[in-house]
Parts: sequence; structure tokens; C-alpha cells
Amino acid sequence: MSAEPSPKKTPLYDVHQELGAHLVDFAGHLMPLRYASETAEHRAVRTGAGLFDLSHMGEILLTGPQSSAALDHALVGNLTPMAVGKARYTMIVAHDGGVLDDLIVYRLADQTFMVVANASNIAVVRAALAERSAGFETRVDDRSDEYALIALQGPAAEGILAARTDAPLADLKYYAILAGTVAGVDALIARTGYTGEDGFELFVSSGDAVALWRELAAADGVVPAGLSARDTLRLEAGMPLYGNELNAETNPFEAGLGRVVKLDKPADFVGRTALAAQAATPAGRRLVGLVARGRRAPRQGYRVVTSDGTPCGIVTSGAPSPTLGTPIAMAYLDSGAPETGLAVDVRGRREPVDLVALPFYKRS
Amino acid sequence: MSVPEQLRYSEEHEWVAGLGGDDGIVTVGITAHAADALGEIVFLELQPGEGDAVEAGEPCGEVESTKSVSDVYSPVSGEITAINAAVVDEPKVINDDPYGEGWLFKVRITEEPGDLLDSTAYDKLIEGA
Repeated sequence: MSAEPSPKKTPLYDVHQELGAHLVDFAGHLMPLRYASETAEHRAVRTGAGLFDLSHMGEILLTGPQSSAALDHALVGNLTPMAVGKARYTMIVAHDGGVLDDLIVYRLADQTFMVVANASNIAVVRAALAERSAGFETRVDDRSDEYALIALQGPAAEGILAARTDAPLADLKYYAILAGTVAGVDALIARTGYTGEDGFELFVSSGDAVALWRELAAADGVVPAGLSARDTLRLEAGMPLYGNELNAETNPFEAGLGRVVKLDKPADFVGRTALAAQAATPAGRRLVGLVARGRRAPRQGYRVVTSDGTPCGIVTSGAPSPTLGTPIAMAYLDSGAPETGLAVDVRGRREPVDLVALPFYKRS
Repeated sequence: MSVPEQLRYSEEHEWVAGLGGDDGIVTVGITAHAADALGEIVFLELQPGEGDAVEAGEPCGEVESTKSVSDVYSPVSGEITAINAAVVDEPKVINDDPYGEGWLFKVRITEEPGDLLDSTAYDKLIEGA
């Protein structure tokens, strides 16, 4: 008998089975790793459109007159001035400034916010939001099981979606959200994503997920894509992944995300004192991009070393990049490490790498 | 995924063909199950070269996919007589044709192989996985 609870199935589980997906337990959910070729799925998102089941993600709603004040106290961002229909990338940190999760917060109405959390952190985020909003007139509701999340990502996404909705997509800016009907299904349509491409994330009732998926999957050029493609897409786009680049021992500044910490916002917030001190002190390490000269991919946990073999950093994510054709990685490089002559210790062998600016890929 | 009946298998998911042949030379590869579990194979390195000795159960190379790295183990003891240079050049062939063009190396057996599985036993092993 296993002590682990069996993983949850998303509302699209049967569809994934039908498609012959490789399913893996990811953060307590049975998720499609890939359907056929992860490289083909990756390329489809870069050139056409990929369809993702992201129903494992958490949706936590805050409603009530002091919802924005509660979020300003609970998170590092400044949500009160954000207009209805807009979204922000932000974080929730511990008192010591360590990152508990990175989040997208959508303002659905003046007094209603949706906080989207990583699957692995739903319980932590829910508990922290409940605790931190105790003094505010707001209600914290974990709606993760009621929502399915389907993402359509890629340069063809807008055209495909536009043919299936009356919502004014052309007016929907990046990091904005509106309510509409897609293929007859009520949806919150957000222009957000984790691929480095234009695209949409559709929050729908769990019961509508299969109908919406089938409708979108039937469109010309749409390829179902799994978590494996999602990971290489976000890596090329230089986007951090919680558990890799971010964790409770990481502060936002060393991760290169100091811009999301609003130290000058009016509200006091959890972690402010620690973050203010971290902002004023040079970080001991910084997140960098590495491109391998050879064919071996640096992987999470591999050491970055100098030309004489001295350890000077650690790889947080790495994979062969389908777009660049060479292996790429993100790594924490110690301050004072040289910028040239770097290598990654790939299972005992020094594989030369070049330091590059992030992201590896930017859409034109 | 069907498991070819005529082959023998290691618990590390290598297959062996040609056991009991007159020349004592066997062909070794990675099973379809393993290739599929690894994902798209992007790199293959076989450490020993032609003429080198390999020992059953010992690592003799590395195979890297888009998602992970694994050791390749020799399922038999003996001397390497050939390495498939075509798959070293283009490792994806292992995914496309694991039991055919995707073979890895050939070994002249010097010791009677021990605990190899037949197709039924290997099928059970991967079913239980």
C-alpha cells in the first residue's frame, strides 16, 4: 500500500486517454506529459497552435469590499490600482522573503479577484491567503476543483479562437481577461500563457471542459500539447518554474524578478522588511541563461564550474532547445563567478557553456 | 506495445538478439518500452569501443532524451565487435525502430548470460511498472 493519495484526474482525463497521452503524476494530478512527439508539440506552439490541459492549476477567488487591500497585504504586488479586466504576474512570499509561489492575479470585478496558483502550492497559497486576509472584509474561496483551465497558445491561437467566440479578442490585451462564450461554453478568456507566444487561457466550468477541448482540438492546425512541451517552451522564454528556479529558499531579487516586488506601494505586506533588506544588498547569486556548445543538456542540479573546475553555480532547468537546436539551461551563478570559460559538470564531464541574456527566445 | 518473442531482455530494459548462434555474437538494443518512456532520444554515447570488454550489468554508455538521462547497461559479458554508428549520429532512430535499425552494439559473448528474461517475463515486468 502506498501512503501517497492516488493522483486526481482532471475533467479531461478520458480525452487524454483517448489521445494515447503519456500520463504522469504531476503535483498530485494525472497530467499528459506528451501525446506523441514533445518536439512536434513544442514546434506547433511556436508556429501554429497548441492546446493544453492546465486544470491542475489552482483558482482561488477573493470577493468582498476589501479584497484588493487583502491582496496588497498578502502579496508583493500592488493590486488596488489594477483595473477590472487586467492581470498581474506577482508572488506570495514568506516573512523571510522566500518565495511561496508565483501567481497570476486577475481582477474579475471591482471586488472580485482570481488568484491562479501552481498545482503544487494550492494548499500553501490558500492557507496563507486565508490567514493574511483575516482582518479584511473579503472571502477566500478555493475553486480549483470547479474550474478547468484550457490554454490555446501560439501565433494561430487568436484566429482559431476568434472563429469560435463573439468576445472582442482583438481588443483583449496581453495580461487582460474578459468573460465570453467560446464554442457555446461560458468562459473567462485571459490573454496570458507560459510559452513565450501569444495565446489564451480559458477558465471554464469543469463540466464544460470536454466539449470545449473537442471543439478547439478539431480546429485546423491545433495540436494537443503536454507538460513536456510546456516546460521547454517556458524555458526558451526564460520563464521561471516553481520548484526549479523558485522555492522558499529563493528571494525574488536573485531570481531576477525584483520588478514584481512593489516596496513602495502604500500597503504594508508580508515579507516587506526582509525584501527591503534584500533589495538593498547585492544578491549572492543571480539567475542566468546558459547555452551549451556540445550536445549534452545541463540538467536541474548539475554544477556550473569555472575553467579550473571550481563550482560556481547550479543548474535549475535545462533541456535541448527545439527552437535553438542546442541545449539551454537556467542556472544560479554565484556572484563573483567569471563570465567566460564556464562549463557544466554533466555526470563527471565538463561540458562548455556560454553565458547568455534571458530569454533564449523572444517572439518576433 | 508488443514485446518481440524471439528476444531476451534485461531488467534494465535492454534486449538481446541472437543468443545461441554459432558465432556467439549477440546484438543489443533498448526496448520500445524504454525508448518510449525516455521520450525523444537526442544523444547516445557508448563508452567502450570495438574490441573493448563489457560486463553484464555494468554501465557502458548514456542515453539522453529531451527530458532525462539514463545509463545504458550491457546485458551480457563479452567483447564489443561493433557499434551502431548510425544511431550515435542520429539517436532518434532508437525511438523509430528500437528492435531494428535502432540497435546499439554487438557483443561476442564470453560468459553464458545469467538472468535474462523471456518476452513473457519482460512483458510482466513492464506491465507491473
